[in-house]
Amino acid sequence: MRYAMAIDTKKCVGCNDCVVACQIENKVPEGFCRDWVVEAVSGTYPNLELEYRSERCHHCANAPCVRCCPTGSSHIVEGGIVLVDHDKCIGCGACIASCPYDARYPHPDGYVDKCTFCIHKVRKGEQPACVSVCPTNCLYFGDLDDPNSEVSKKIKERKYKRLKTEAGTDPQLYFLI
Amino acid sequence: MEEELIISGRMNDRVDPTLNIWHWEIPFYLFVGGLAAGILFFAAFYYLNGKEKDYPTAVKIAPMFTPFLLILGLIALFLDLNHKLYFWRLYTTIRLESPMSWGAWTLMVVTPLSFIWSAIHLKEVFPKWDWKFEVINKLEQFFINHKKHLAWLMAVFAVLLGIYTGVLLRAFNARPLWNTSILGPLFLASGLSAGAAVVVLLTKNELERKLFSKIDIIIIVAELFFIIHMFMGLLASTQVQIEAAQLFLDGPYTLPFWIFVVFLGMLVPALLEFLELRGQRIPAVIPVALILMGNVMLRFVIVYAGQASRYLY
Ligand code: SF4
Ligand code: SF4
Repeated sequence: MRYAMAIDTKKCVGCNDCVVACQIENKVPEGFCRDWVVEAVSGTYPNLELEYRSERCHHCANAPCVRCCPTGSSHIVEGGIVLVDHDKCIGCGACIASCPYDARYPHPDGYVDKCTFCIHKVRKGEQPACVSVCPTNCLYFGDLDDPNSEVSKKIKERKYKRLKTEAGTDPQLYFLI
Repeated sequence: MEEELIISGRMNDRVDPTLNIWHWEIPFYLFVGGLAAGILFFAAFYYLNGKEKDYPTAVKIAPMFTPFLLILGLIALFLDLNHKLYFWRLYTTIRLESPMSWGAWTLMVVTPLSFIWSAIHLKEVFPKWDWKFEVINKLEQFFINHKKHLAWLMAVFAVLLGIYTGVLLRAFNARPLWNTSILGPLFLASGLSAGAAVVVLLTKNELERKLFSKIDIIIIVAELFFIIHMFMGLLASTQVQIEAAQLFLDGPYTLPFWIFVVFLGMLVPALLEFLELRGQRIPAVIPVALILMGNVMLRFVIVYAGQASRYLY
């Protein structure tokens, strides 16, 4: 099993619904976020292009945050989901410094927190909160090892890119372009 | 190059636009850790070479400061933790892949060693010293009998601690500036030079001062070599590494780095010590203070600039 998310940058309108849904679902404290939307402009004037990207932890297959954690609090569970065990975390920040995507934040209660792919819902067979709330249906979550999952199909059909692959993390967010 | 301009990120000024997770605590800890490592290394090295009598400051007196330095470092580390009450979790796991875990365990060995080393020399440094309890006298005798083993352990762990202060940062490959293997040797050299400088300051023995001034000059030359090497490495690498080097070549860290670290912290004190060896009268405190200042600045600049360096989208 290899959980992944495909994000359709052509369909995303940058409404931030995913961000709000996540904050409510996961009780993310005010001022912080587990997912966010990047509005990126590229090119040289007048040939500019705008892209919306809903981003979160990339649940890297080669996760530096897990490697750097001195207490074993950051760990990998089924399907490659990267989690933080709040009771083991000492809040040293090693994982924050090691994540090239800046996906983690220090929770005011002391431990470090980040996207879990809503594993509590996934285990019940549901979709992550951001996926189920997206009004344009541009987020797809599922098992890459299953050729019939929506993620697998999208990745096969469409062109995609992954972010900062040169950092060697083998990220599992696929941005459809 | 078609560069992306990020218009809005996660709208979280506590994380964006640059990572800002480590403040004064980590560079301070890296400084005192490196300094203690330097002092302890020279103490063990010259003891093992049978130079205890020739270089009493290096072997006996300077190490007396290391327990305090290490405790200050530990306090700083502790202050840096967000989840302070859980700090003991560091010692319920050994994680070979995590440099922080290495560091925590290295400190766990070095700190008691520094206490023991200081304790067994107290009677020599303060002749009136009295342990009051027979048990402690016995314990002291036990360690004195095993002084050679202690010294070996101390030499090895001092080097580990010194290298570790650089390797800690090197492990974070998300920060291109830190992602260079030269940081380990550079920080080790810098800690050794600080340790030698402290000996120069404390000693009353002409021979010892000359030796440690010379050591300092040699190490500073090595450090300069490492720094040049660091930039060569970064500039010959990928775009993100080149941009990381730009922070020092034409960016916000250019002045602090070249003026405080390289010029005032290395070149000037090396020159002063050189003149002193040539017979000029220069108060030892000036080059020593400059070296220590340069040491602190090196850690601060590297830790802060590293957090400002990042991968492109
Ligand atoms: S995106 Fe960051 S936090 Fe998530 S797995 Fe990768 S390195 Fe870890
Ligand atoms: S902050 Fe917590 S999860 Fe992150 S590396 Fe430190 S102990 Fe591990």
